[in-house]
Order: sequence, then C-alpha cells, then structure tokens
Amino acid sequence: MAAGGRRREQGVSAAPQLKVADLTKAFGGLLAVNQISFDVRRGEILGLLGPNGSGKTTLLNLVSGAMLPTRGTVSLDGRVLTGLAPHRIARAGVSRTFQLVRMLPSLSALENVMVGAVFGPGRVWGGEAEAIGRALLERVGLAGRESLHPAAMTYIDQKRVELARALAGDPQVLLLDEWLAGLNPTELQTGIALIESLHAEGRTVVMVEHVMDAIRSLCDRCVVMNAGAKLAEGTAEEVLSNPEVIRAYLGDEHA
Amino acid sequence: MIFSMQRREVATMAAAAAALAVLAGLPLADDGFWLALGISIASYVAMATAWALFSGPTNYVSLATAAFFGSGAYVVSALAESAPWPVILIAAAAVGALLAFAVGVATLRLSGVHFVIFTFGLAELIRQLVTWYQTTVTGSVGRYIFVEISAAQIYWQLLALCGLTFFIGWAIARSRLGFALRVIGDDETVAAHSGINTAQCKVLLFCISGTLIALVGAVMAPRFTYIEPSIAYGSMVSFQVVIMALLGGARRLWGPLVGVLPFTLLYELISGRFPNHTHLLLGIAFLLIVYFVPQGVSGLLVKAWNRMPWRRAAAAGSKA
Repeated sequence: MAAGGRRREQGVSAAPQLKVADLTKAFGGLLAVNQISFDVRRGEILGLLGPNGSGKTTLLNLVSGAMLPTRGTVSLDGRVLTGLAPHRIARAGVSRTFQLVRMLPSLSALENVMVGAVFGPGRVWGGEAEAIGRALLERVGLAGRESLHPAAMTYIDQKRVELARALAGDPQVLLLDEWLAGLNPTELQTGIALIESLHAEGRTVVMVEHVMDAIRSLCDRCVVMNAGAKLAEGTAEEVLSNPEVIRAYLGDEHA
Repeated sequence: MIFSMQRREVATMAAAAAALAVLAGLPLADDGFWLALGISIASYVAMATAWALFSGPTNYVSLATAAFFGSGAYVVSALAESAPWPVILIAAAAVGALLAFAVGVATLRLSGVHFVIFTFGLAELIRQLVTWYQTTVTGSVGRYIFVEISAAQIYWQLLALCGLTFFIGWAIARSRLGFALRVIGDDETVAAHSGINTAQCKVLLFCISGTLIALVGAVMAPRFTYIEPSIAYGSMVSFQVVIMALLGGARRLWGPLVGVLPFTLLYELISGRFPNHTHLLLGIAFLLIVYFVPQGVSGLLVKAWNRMPWRRAAAAGSKA
C-alpha cells in the first residue's frame, strides 16, 4: 500500500502541468499551427522559438483561449481548457502578457496590477488586492510609482506593469509573448533577472522569445516551430545547434 | 485609489440627500408650470442617468429607452384596476429587467453599430406587437389609465427614483462590477484575459439600466391618462435621453444630470417660442453642442474647476 501510494505520488509530480496535444489551427487553407504536441512540467521555463510567422503567438492565443483550435486540446493539471472562454481559462490559472504591451490607460499603475488580483484565480478584493498590487510593483522595480498612469511611463515600465498584472492572480502557468523584446541591454539584464526570480520561486512559464541570451540562460527546455509545425524539442543548446533549426532561421548555407 | 476617499463620499451623500429634500419641497410652492417642469426634469434625470450607467462605461449606444419606458407604462395600463400601486411598480421593474436580460443575452455579442440598430428596432417591434395585440385581441388601440395619484406624488416618486439611480451608480462604482467596467471600457481583450466575464457584466448592467427606465415609465404613465403604443413607445424619448446624457457627459455619474437641466430648459424655451420649428432648432442646437462641447458639460465643469486658484495651488503643491 505504502509503495503504491508513493508511486502514485511520484506519478503526479512527474505528470505535465500543461499539456498541449495535437493542437491545430487552420485559417482557411493555411495551417498556422499544425499538430503541435508538447508538455510543460511544473516549475519549468519552456521557450517557444521559431522564425517570424511560424505560429508561436497563435499557439499562445490557443492556450489562453483568445482563439478556438480547429483540432486538439490544451489541458492544465488534467483539466481540459480547450473550448473555455478566455476569462475561465484565466481563472483556472493561466495568465498572459501580450506581444504589443496592453495597458489600461485610464487606470493607475497600481490599479492595472490590481486587476489581475481582483479577477484572476485569487479573486481578492479591497485592501488585500491593493497590498498584492503594491508588493508586485515593488518586485518589478516600480515602488513609488503606484499612482502613475500608463501614458506617463516608459515602454519597459509598462512591460513591468503588465508582468505584475499577469502575476497578481498568482497563476499556475504564465504565458509571456516576447516580453523581453524591445528592451535595451541594461533593461534586458533586469528583465532576465526578473524572469529568473520567477523560476526560483517555482512558477511555470511558457515564453515566446527571440532574444538568444535570454533563451540560453532561462529556458529549461525549448520547442521550436516553423511554418506552424514543431521542428525540434530539447534543451536550449540542443535545439540551437540542431541543423534543421539553423536552416529555418538562417537559410540553407548556414546549416 | 478606489477604497479611500470615504470622508468625501459621505459629504457628497449628505449634500445629495439635502438637495433631494429641498427639491421635494417644490410641490408646496407651486402645482402648475413649475411642478410640471420638475416632473419632466426628474424623469429625464432618472432615465439619462440610468442610460449612462450602461452606455457610459461600455460605449454601447442603446436606443431601447423607449422600449423600457413604454413597457413600464403599459404594465400600469394593464394592472391599474386590479393591483395596488406597489405591486404595479414591482411588476414594471420585473418586465424591464426581463426585457433587458433577453435583449442583452441576444445582442451584447454584437458590435457597437449593430447593437444601436437592434435596440432601435426593438422599440418599434414591441410597439407594433402591442398595436397588433390591441387591435386583434382587445379591439381598441388606446387605453385609459385611472390611478388615484396626484402630480406631487408622481414628482416625489420620480425624485426617489433619481436618488435610487444615483445610489446604485455610486454602489456599482465601488464594487467589483464597477472595477470590471473600467477595465472593459479600456480594453476588452485585457479584461477577458484577466478573468472578467465581459458578457455577464454587460448583461447585468443593461438589466439594471432597463429596470430603472421601466420604473420611470410606470411612474409617468398616470400623467398620460390615455396611452396608445405611439405615445408610450415614441422613439423621441430614446433620442432625447441619448442627447441629454451626451450633452452632460456619460462618463461621470453626475454627467447626465448637468445635461438634462440645460436641455430641458432649452426645449421649454424653443417649443414655447417657436412651436412650429422646435425640432429644427433643437437639431441645430445639438450640432453646435457636439461641435463645441464634445466632452459634455461635465467635462467643461471639471476643466473650469481645475483652473480655480485653490486647485492650481494644490496641483503645484503636490508636484513640489
């Protein structure tokens, strides 16, 4: 009995937290995402790589519920999320940032972050939501700027607020869509350190990214997409030295 | 930010209650022209504020005001002889809520323009249905309404409805729903991905707004004495409410209030002096307003307030 119990426990901890199975999205005749399957384990940072137009953002949109897949499923801890409305997926514990940062212009920085705490899986209210908002703003380096509005903030600061908003609901899985894009070298180091700290606290992250330094230093594993299909899967070193991947990014002569 | 300012809110509430108490004294001073004007203003304040509760934050322009108003009035005509007044009001509120719920569920997935056309068509559809019912089933189109109620009582009930509408607006603003609406107004995609059920929020708000407007229709019904579909469901009321709310500014709770006052006075002035050209002159006035006061009267007032010497000093102090 005891052995059986232990085995079951090990089975649970080894099971994937987020499971993407045979996910397909067709726009007319174009297969933007073509039979993609992969698992994300608890506490893992998975990089989603691929040239522009390879279907990475579409894949994130399928996971977060912004679009319905033509075929296939996404499940979180065994619960199928596919077909649920975006707000239900968010409440189930999947939160995201957007490729082009999306602020709420009439809300202050603090209120922007509180949105995640109030309506996300935590569903807190009042002083508790405010406390979470303040703590997260401090964590992303914006202490003292709680009452600023997005129009008065720099691009990196807006991205920080957006990350804090996504974290405020204490999500199971965080989806980052090119969160590090457009940052200068100093900001990039800060950004990488921030995501590293998420890794340290054991949060599961799926990040679409082009910045190779970040991918090498942050990602436990990577999935590479090309023209909608999965090209490679493995550690950052493995996939980045894979001839197929180099060909997809740089063309035949470099492979 | 949204949890502080309690002392100021208490002061505002006290001032509002005092204002309502003063206004409630109007029938004691006059029971002719001024009371009639008071009834007109109170009914439009309640309707325009209720309209803006929904349309302000969501940016959906509803032309269904006539549908709610008329249905409230028709509930009175149907029940006037068989039910006591409070029961009639509850029935009117229920009819308004149900109608808003059905329309909301069916249409709030539509984008802005389609929603406008649908709500306009809805008032016409209900009007035709009522006409058809009355000609084929009851045999006569019009109905007399005999309710033992004085003009002063109607006025007081409308004032109470105004107070209720403002109270509900205030309560929404400090609730989860109010916070969700600000997010939806800013970016609906972010709202959905943050866990907000946007459709549910909008339907709920539309129901609250429709219920209040139906109640205004019910309270106003005895004023008509005789109603028929073209009176109760007249589309003018839908347009007037939109114009008043936009004139005042639909984004602030007190915005419609400052739109109704000048509009109603202007209407009285124009329709009294130029009875044959009322709508022409109103149209011109509206064009001028939209052109010169796009933010609404409330926007102008806020701007003027911020230019006052003591506000400037406060702003400079907070910067330093």
